[in-house]
Amino acid sequence: MLVRRNGGWIIVLSFVVALLVTIVPLPGWAGYLWPEWVAIVLVYWCIALPHRVGVFVGFGAGLMLDVLVGTVLGQHAMGLSVVAFLSQKLHRRIRNFPLWQQALTVLLLIAFHKLLMAWVNGFTGQPMHGALYWISPLVSMLIWPTMFLLLRGVRRRFRVT
Amino acid sequence: MLAATSLIILDYRQNHLESVRDALSVVAYPLQLIVNLPRTVGTWVDESLTTRQTLQADNTGLRAQNLLLNVRLQKLATLESENMRLRELLDSSFKINERVLIAELLAVDLDPFTRRIVINKGSRNGVIEGQTVVDAHGVIGQTIHVGPLSSIAMLITDPSHALPIQINRNGLRAVLVGTGETDRLELMHVPNTADIKVGDLLVTSGLGGRFPPGYPVARVTAFLPDPRERFAQVAAEPMASIEQSREVLLVWSSAETAAGDAPCAPDDTSCNTAPEGSATPPAGTTPTPGSP
Repeated sequence: MLVRRNGGWIIVLSFVVALLVTIVPLPGWAGYLWPEWVAIVLVYWCIALPHRVGVFVGFGAGLMLDVLVGTVLGQHAMGLSVVAFLSQKLHRRIRNFPLWQQALTVLLLIAFHKLLMAWVNGFTGQPMHGALYWISPLVSMLIWPTMFLLLRGVRRRFRVT
Repeated sequence: MLAATSLIILDYRQNHLESVRDALSVVAYPLQLIVNLPRTVGTWVDESLTTRQTLQADNTGLRAQNLLLNVRLQKLATLESENMRLRELLDSSFKINERVLIAELLAVDLDPFTRRIVINKGSRNGVIEGQTVVDAHGVIGQTIHVGPLSSIAMLITDPSHALPIQINRNGLRAVLVGTGETDRLELMHVPNTADIKVGDLLVTSGLGGRFPPGYPVARVTAFLPDPRERFAQVAAEPMASIEQSREVLLVWSSAETAAGDAPCAPDDTSCNTAPEGSATPPAGTTPTPGSP
């Protein structure tokens, strides 16, 4: 069976934009509120096109994030591959959820991602962060419905399959 | 998952992956430049729209300042040569010649929980890992990852940064650690009876071999001896305007230059040597401070 693939550049572009937005300079307080853009985009594509975007894409995006943010190489790669794996496994279920339930799932996924990040930080001797560290999964949850509708619009407009 | 874990271990434990990181950082550099673009455009517009009058005013101001600094430099030159002569008499090897390179900050935000910056000079310009980054007023931090085109520097305010210092007034040595707050550093393991006063200047001691000695770092803002504790609490405020400076200087101490790292390409105009008058060494050669 031949599966037609279309609009791969849109997927790449969305990840590039997410990476860019991640490192945009912000005033101090906004830095803590900044959602995990790359993880959100990754979850969306894993749900929408599980046959195209999965663990390897998550790994690659995470590696780029590691280099951009200057963390230990492989840290975000690990977290995002886990996120990609889980959302790919659950994509049938998540797709049928109403938006608010999807948002809750995203909260769990991204909180898990942040937990893994915190573990690696602990292993590599970085100091622990306070409660502020856990705000960004919450913000990611709040922003999920918008991002979902936006990315779905983009996917339909450019017929990414 | 396995791959990622092994990557983490390889990178953290053995630094085998610097080449991978270098290659990827070249790919990442355009992204950082794009994010930096609004500010570049802003600066450019700002510069091209300044009036003749402001330029003239600036010019006069800078001329006056230059004159002042030159006068001070004259005094410094005599003091420096005197210092070298005395040190020669004492047979101590102290080096003042240091090469510097101006780098610009990229307006890029990293993890808000760490204090790190990205600068637009990398191993192409001879930057090496662990190099001191200073601004006009004092030490800012040190480079931790050096890519071909850009590098990441850890600020002295980062909670995992520590820096050996001594007090300028009496030479007392201590270790200065960051707290994660932009205007607060702390001195570790200072006995309650230590001779420290509020307002004391802390300079790099050069112990540990990373930082060249004698650069100002911070000023003591609070000294709270507590008889119940073994050590006193000492807070300090960084001299450098860490959150405001756009341009930073990278410093090679003489030892690093001597180690054979050609510090900059011959055609690199932004590569300068420290103001040393006629003692400007050509790129790659070692300044020999002891020789007459």
